[in-house]
Parts: sequence; C-alpha cells; structure tokens
Amino acid sequence: MTTPMVKFDNVTKSYGALTVLDSLDLEIAPNEKVAIIGPSGSGKTTVLRMLMTLERINDGVIYVDGEPLTHMQKNGTLVPADERYLRRVRGNIGMVFQHFNLFPHMSAMKNCMEAPIHVLGLAKKEAADRAAELLDMVGLGEKKDQYPSQLSGGQQQRVAIARALAMRPKVMLFDEVTSALDPELVGEVLNVIRKLGTEHNLTMLMVTHQMGFAREFADRVCFFYGGKIAEQGAPDKIFSNPEEERTRQFLSAVLEAG
Amino acid sequence: MQLRPLAVCAIVFFTAGLAVSSFAGFREFIPGLLQGAAITIQITIGGCLLAVVMALIAAMAKMYGPLPLRWLAVAYIEVFRGTSALVQLFWLFFVLPHFGVNLDPMTVAITALGLNVGAYGAEVVRGAVNAVARGQWEASVALNMPRALALRRIILPQAFVAMIPPWGNLFIELLKATALVSLITISDLTFKAQQMNQTTFRTIEIFTIVLVVYLALSVLITVGMRTLETFAARGIARGR
Repeated sequence: MTTPMVKFDNVTKSYGALTVLDSLDLEIAPNEKVAIIGPSGSGKTTVLRMLMTLERINDGVIYVDGEPLTHMQKNGTLVPADERYLRRVRGNIGMVFQHFNLFPHMSAMKNCMEAPIHVLGLAKKEAADRAAELLDMVGLGEKKDQYPSQLSGGQQQRVAIARALAMRPKVMLFDEVTSALDPELVGEVLNVIRKLGTEHNLTMLMVTHQMGFAREFADRVCFFYGGKIAEQGAPDKIFSNPEEERTRQFLSAVLEAG
Repeated sequence: MQLRPLAVCAIVFFTAGLAVSSFAGFREFIPGLLQGAAITIQITIGGCLLAVVMALIAAMAKMYGPLPLRWLAVAYIEVFRGTSALVQLFWLFFVLPHFGVNLDPMTVAITALGLNVGAYGAEVVRGAVNAVARGQWEASVALNMPRALALRRIILPQAFVAMIPPWGNLFIELLKATALVSLITISDLTFKAQQMNQTTFRTIEIFTIVLVVYLALSVLITVGMRTLETFAARGIARGR
C-alpha cells in the first residue's frame, strides 16, 4: 500500500476530564474521499480541527503525507513541532468552515489572493490569475469584486472553497460546510465539491449531515460515536446494511428528520 | 448621534462665536485666547498621536509579547492609569531634572498626556482585538499565515473599526486634560485666560469664551471621528 495521505496514530484529545477522541486510528489514502458522520459531541469536528492544528492533541501522532504534523524528528525521537516546521507541513492542508469565515474587509478576489501573496510569496499578477480562475471554477467569476456582505451564504461558501484551493493543498477539510446555509443554497455548494472531486487530485475529509451526498460522493464513510469510530466502510454498506446497532439508530433518526 | 445634527451644532457654535467676538467687550480677549488655543491644539494633536502609538505597542506587548515585555506593558498600563495626570506632569517636569533630565515644557506636556491616555487606549485596543470573531483567526491558521501577518492584515483592520468610537472619547479626555499644562508654565488656553483675568478681572467674558472654545474643539473631534468611522465601516460588515 502507498503511504497514506493522512494518518492518525493512536490520537487522543481531551478537555479536562472529558475525552473527546479516544485513541483514534485512521488512515486516508491519497485522493480518497472520506465522509465523517455521527451524532453531535461524537468528536467528528475535532478530527478536522486537530488536523488543521486548531486544536492541540494530548497523545498520539498525526502524519500528513508521511511526515508527522505536530511533531518533528530530532535525534531519532519525536519532539513537539516548532512553529516553522508546523507551518511547512500545515501547508498541505486546506479547510472550509461551517460559518465561511471570509475576511469581511476584502473583496472575494482579495480573499483568495491574500495568503498566496503573503504566505506563498506569489507575485500579485500570478495570485490574481489564480484567484480569478478559481472563482470562475466555483461559478463566481462575475462576483469577484464583491465583498462578503454583498454575497449570499452559498456564494460566500464557494468563495471560501476557492480561497482554500488557492493555496494548492493536497488535503481539503470540509467542516459541515452546508449546515449554516438556507436549504435552497445547499445544492450549489455541493455541486462545487462534486466538481472538485472529479477534476482535482485532492484528498477530502468532510464532516457532513447530508447523508445523500455522503452516500453518492464518498469512497468511505466513518461513523463516529463517543470519540471512537464505531463503524466504517463503503457508503452502500454503511447506509444499507450497517452492522452496529448505534449506526442503525443514528441513521434512522437522521432519515426520520428528513 | 448622526453626523448632520453635529454639523449643525458646529455651525451654531461658530456663528455664536462670531456674534460674541463682534461685541467689543469680548473682542479684546479673542487674539490672546486664540494664541493659547493654538498651544492647546498642538498639545492635543501631539498627545493623541503618542497615545495611539503607545496604546498599540502596549496592547500588542501585553497580548502577544514574551513574558518580560508583557510585564513591562502591564506595569506601564497600571502606573499611568492608576496615578493622576497632574502628578505625572509634575513628576516629569519637577522630578526628572533631579536625575539630570531636563525636558522643555511642551515635550513634558505631550509626553505625560500621551502616555496617560495611551494607557487607557491600550485596553481599548485589547478589547477591540478580542472582539474580532475567533473564526477570523482560525481562517488565518487554515491559510497558514504566521500570527503577526494575521494580526496585521486580518485582525487589526477589523478591530480598527470597533476602536474608533472609544478613541473619540479618549481624544476628548486628552483635550480637556491639556488645561493641566497651565500649571507647568505653558501658556495654553487656560493659562492665558487666568493671566488675562488677573489683570482685567473680566471673568464672565474671558471664561465664557474659554468654555466655548473647548466645546468647539471637542465637537470638532467628535465630527472627525464620526467621519472616520463612516469611512472605515464602508464595505465592512464585521465578520462573525
């Protein structure tokens, strides 16, 4: 087997006495699309936040493309990573948030150019070309000079996707990216993600409540329960024929809600 | 308050000022008092600039600096907020010479008032930075920005808008505190007024003019800050 793009090795995360993730082991192959589902409080969003280094881990090691993310090799042992090392490995990862988190004082275009210019060191022209191309790809070529407050939720989220892609990550994380949207705007965002899946070589990890989308789009579905992966497998198996009682209960509750 | 009522106020004061100055009884004091007002304005502008710089430095040091710098910032803020501006003026003017440091009165005035208001301003800056949505920091991390870059390009520009109204208050406080510099031999507006009062005893005219001048200056600050706020907030719906 090739080196996994992302590997959680015995990762534990707790807040005081509350263990959010308990000895998580998870390997994700390059280009694989993994959907994470589960009840609230099961630790699914924490998985993404740890990978993005927004949360510290208490134990274990996360590897990205074969390199430890939160630790670095020093004299043959793993020690906590310093800022410079962290930033190098973190550059492989991009994230899209539930509440978009666009920069409100910058146009859609500037949102997509800011980090490529100041972090990657791209020339302004090159960053502008890249941003324009990505905004076209998400269907917002016409809106590139608008500010976030002038855009709908669906449009803002598509800008956020373009902004993350402008950094050319190998891994994209989607954290409930349609949860804050009005129902009629969900489709346009999911379409962009579908397009990414077919046109780009990206490893994708998404926390989602869109079961239909997870079933159709993902290569693998992980069902989280109580800080552990309770069950995982191909979408058809998880959704049609789950082995675990908890999975069945969760799915029937979600489907009942429509 | 909207901009328009403020503009109306300013015009009313200005016309009232003109009317007052056309009375012979008032007119003879105007040139002298305006000389004093010029000094007051100089100290206010210098003090405000120093206050903004000190507030930014102290707030950044307190929030993000290494431990010794953080202590230094906390000490600065506590000392200058916790003691009277008048005592600070006296200390710089009368005590420092004993240690061989002789500063001219204008430097002392601008330094003392700037440092004093800067200490309050540091807390204004800190509050505004903390009020920027946490998601903005998280987006900056997700785009792999170093913290200093995120602060400079993403966080501070948004905090800036929220800072403007409280800074307006502090600038007005500073303007009024300039009256204290009359006690360290500077002929500002208040000093001139007292001097004229001692020779002419025309208390009513003199101190009425002084009142109006201070009020007009503070309205000017308010109008300026409102304009700045409208300008800065344009195109920005603050992030959540």
